[in-house]
Amino acid sequence: MNKYLMICGMMLLPLAYSHSVLATAAVDELLAEYRSAGATEFSVEAGNTLWLQEFQDAQSGKMRQCATCHTDNLRNPGKHARTGKPIEPLATSVNPKSLTDIKKIRKWLKRNCKWTIGRECTPQEKGNVLTFIQTQ
Amino acid sequence: MKKSLTLTVALLIYLPYLAADDNERVTPVRNEQYKEECGSCHFAYQPSLLPSRSWQRLMTQLEDHFGENAELEANTQKTLTDYLISRSANSSRDKLATKMMRRLAKNKIPLRITEMPYLKHEHDKIPDKMVTQNTEVKSLSYCDKCHTQAESGSYLEKDIRIPGYGQWEEKAEREESEKDDD
Ligand code: HEC
Ligand code: HEC
Ligand code: HEC
Repeated sequence: MNKYLMICGMMLLPLAYSHSVLATAAVDELLAEYRSAGATEFSVEAGNTLWLQEFQDAQSGKMRQCATCHTDNLRNPGKHARTGKPIEPLATSVNPKSLTDIKKIRKWLKRNCKWTIGRECTPQEKGNVLTFIQTQ
Repeated sequence: MKKSLTLTVALLIYLPYLAADDNERVTPVRNEQYKEECGSCHFAYQPSLLPSRSWQRLMTQLEDHFGENAELEANTQKTLTDYLISRSANSSRDKLATKMMRRLAKNKIPLRITEMPYLKHEHDKIPDKMVTQNTEVKSLSYCDKCHTQAESGSYLEKDIRIPGYGQWEEKAEREESEKDDD
């Protein structure tokens, strides 16, 4: 009986973990890539700081940050600053689809860093911010 | 016998579609890749709303897409350009597309759907307070804010609700009758 329960439990385990495992799989691959591009230890705190940091847009003079579209609570849905279109929450804890597709992450980090900071993010910055998003 | 029965059944199923006003309807988007790539910042515009020459130009300048970066990988860009061109306003048989093409001068290459003369004309009676000054709409570019069935390809008048102002049909009629009272 006990053994039966244990087997059942073991069978359920991968189900319970599957989505967070999937999320890390894509991020893990990217982190490895960033490390081989010269990045060192990734930090949740540095990621959080970058997330909230404000940058002045050269053209409009307005302040921009990641939170401009994604809000400062990653568990909430965001809203595209210019078009107003809703954006699904980035936090993997409420949106299991988030951070699961490598190509999608690459594409949006490139676009969003350019939009927010005015340049592409360094491998170190990308690693920090992904590590931060994953904890949300 | 069996054949005629099938025919009758098919006719009965399709009759409502044939009878419905398909003048203000376009073929909806069924391409998931297009929806994903071109539907994340705004609703995924139907290909038959612009001619091939417009899509072609728009797709080659995605790095500066109306001030945003909408860059794609080369092969994705090619696939989506092919998709747009094969169903564009001049390739499609949507009646709305045919009407829009008829109004467009041959030498014009509009990069915006909102610059298509037919649509410009259709929208010219809507006051700014309902569009650019309306924080829930922002711009005429966001069709789905007012055309509640835009995703399914319907731009019928009965489906228009302007955020903060409500149904258009009734409003237009009300204003019409107010004018009569004067
Ligand atoms: C101008 C609006 C805007 C800003 C500012 C912005 N983003 Fe985004 N971001 C988006 C949109 C839109 C998506 C795509 C959402 C979708 O389709 O699911 C996205 C997606 C992402 C994704 C991919 C999520 C996934 O599903 O895997 C990541 C990661 C991301 N953003 C990080 C950032 C970071 C880091 C910053 C700040 C440097 C930032 N974003 C700033 C609009 C923005
Ligand atoms: C990074 C965000 C973003 C992505 C991705 C994006 N667009 Fe846009 N698009 C915009 C913005 C912003 C506008 C301008 C809206 C305005 O003027 O208010 C726009 C406008 C347009 C217009 C003109 C609408 C009009 O009539 O005013 C078309 C057509 C268009 N986009 C097609 C596309 C296609 C096709 C794709 C995919 C290849 C795409 N967009 C991807 C942000 C984006
Ligand atoms: C501010 C709300 C709003 C937005 C945004 C908007 N429309 Fe409209 N549209 C209207 C209204 C209202 C009418 C009816 C105008 C009238 O009858 O005078 C209309 C009419 C139309 C018609 C003719 C329909 C008919 O039955 O006569 C078409 C087609 C259309 N719009 C397409 C579009 C497309 C495509 C877009 C996006 C590029 C768009 N609209 C954006 C409000 C809007």
